[in-house]
Amino acid sequence: MIEVRGLTKRYGSTVAVDRLSFEVPPGAVTGFLGLNGSGKSTTMRMILGLDAPDAGHARIGGQAYRQLRWPLREAGGLLEPRAFHPGRSARAHLAALAAGNAIRQSRVDEVLELVGLESVARKRAGRFSLGMAQRLGIAAALLGDPAVLLLDEPVNGLDPEGIRWIRGLLRSLAAEGRAVLVSSHLISEMALMADRLVVIGKGRLLAAATVAELSRRAPSLEEAFLQITGDSAQYQARNMS
Amino acid sequence: MTACAIHQPPGRYRFRHLARMEWIKLRSLRSTWLALALAVIASAGIAIATGGGNTTSGGTFVSYALVGMLIGVLLTGVAGVLAMTSEYTSGTISATFAAAPHRLRVLAAKAAVVGAVALITGEAAAFLSFFAGGMTLHHGISAPALSQPGVLRAIVLTGASLSLTAVFGLGLGAVIRHTAAAITVVIGIVFVGGTFIGQTDLAIRPYLPLFIVSHSLGATGPACLPGMASCWLSPWSGLGMLAGYAAIAMLLGGLILARRDA
Repeated sequence: MIEVRGLTKRYGSTVAVDRLSFEVPPGAVTGFLGLNGSGKSTTMRMILGLDAPDAGHARIGGQAYRQLRWPLREAGGLLEPRAFHPGRSARAHLAALAAGNAIRQSRVDEVLELVGLESVARKRAGRFSLGMAQRLGIAAALLGDPAVLLLDEPVNGLDPEGIRWIRGLLRSLAAEGRAVLVSSHLISEMALMADRLVVIGKGRLLAAATVAELSRRAPSLEEAFLQITGDSAQYQARNMS
Repeated sequence: MTACAIHQPPGRYRFRHLARMEWIKLRSLRSTWLALALAVIASAGIAIATGGGNTTSGGTFVSYALVGMLIGVLLTGVAGVLAMTSEYTSGTISATFAAAPHRLRVLAAKAAVVGAVALITGEAAAFLSFFAGGMTLHHGISAPALSQPGVLRAIVLTGASLSLTAVFGLGLGAVIRHTAAAITVVIGIVFVGGTFIGQTDLAIRPYLPLFIVSHSLGATGPACLPGMASCWLSPWSGLGMLAGYAAIAMLLGGLILARRDA
């Protein structure tokens, strides 16, 4: 369970995230939807304690991220596609993270197999394609078998087979009772992957509902999304011109 | 809460877990081993090149034999910088802080691991330089024995300086975050700055890192010579001074890590 309450982040005079509140319940995939630059990544970084909010807070299982006893065993995150050293092997990268949270080393091989990287596990990760890098990031998120998962644009760089794989993976993780938050700017992908949607624009909450509820508001989910984000899109266009 | 959250082991992540994490990170990079091997080889190589040829008596031998350690100081300083900045340039830092949001504990674990590895390297380089240099001496000049006054101390303290400059580099890396900029500052401060300022300002010279390594730590004779405008620091004061520089860099690095977004 993730709770976000009044979360706010400013960069100078720009408000990146603006009094944002929503929940990510266990047992479902929650899609985190918004145009590029709407504050999705910043919100996820604040939930994982990487950036400090100017106001409000985020909780994981009722606790601030910094209070978690074994962070990787409680929440797994995929933020940047290449959050590893190019000279290090995938196996060493995961082994180091596992050691940091006293996760048994045999789990490293399990997650490598789960994401299909076992054959390249000892190669330098700098040579990985974007799709392989995403798989390594997903392996790192799953390392601690956490009850909460946050994935920022996980389908980027994946081929159609990879996209179908991650869709199935996330659905099965949610079916096991985990709270899964997946961000994307692709409405069509979210329609297939998510049970619920949290839509933001300019850092503000625009809608939080099930996919079915949102679809009922317009002829299609895409139409509904464009209606909801219409105001913020116009605002952005005005600012750019 | 949910079914999958119940098999949590007791306790919480501690310094020892993070020290293991940092050790795995350090040892799994080829660049680490390259820098350390280079530090040992360069130090001993320079000892062979200069130790015997310039020595006119057994008394001056130790400081000549250890002059190559200045290269080792630079290399471990750079290795310290890289241990921090490579996490920022590669993006690993977000994975690290997600695993361990207590950032000061991460920095302490890094310092312990990098410092220990640089200490072993430094001592290996110092002893190797001493013995390798001894083999090149001219006939009639004999290298001093380890049991002679100040000899063992000079070797051990000079070796230890590599550990302190590695930690110094780590702290500065946490402040600056960019590899090139941080290395420039470390080389600029430790090497170029130290040498140039030391040539013009004799009063400040005894406190500059490179002069401390060469004239305080590596000294077997007195810190004050007749006719000298200012004395060098004593070996132990010199080591304390280097430790102070490392502590200041770590303090600044810790402050910035705790306050700035990752």
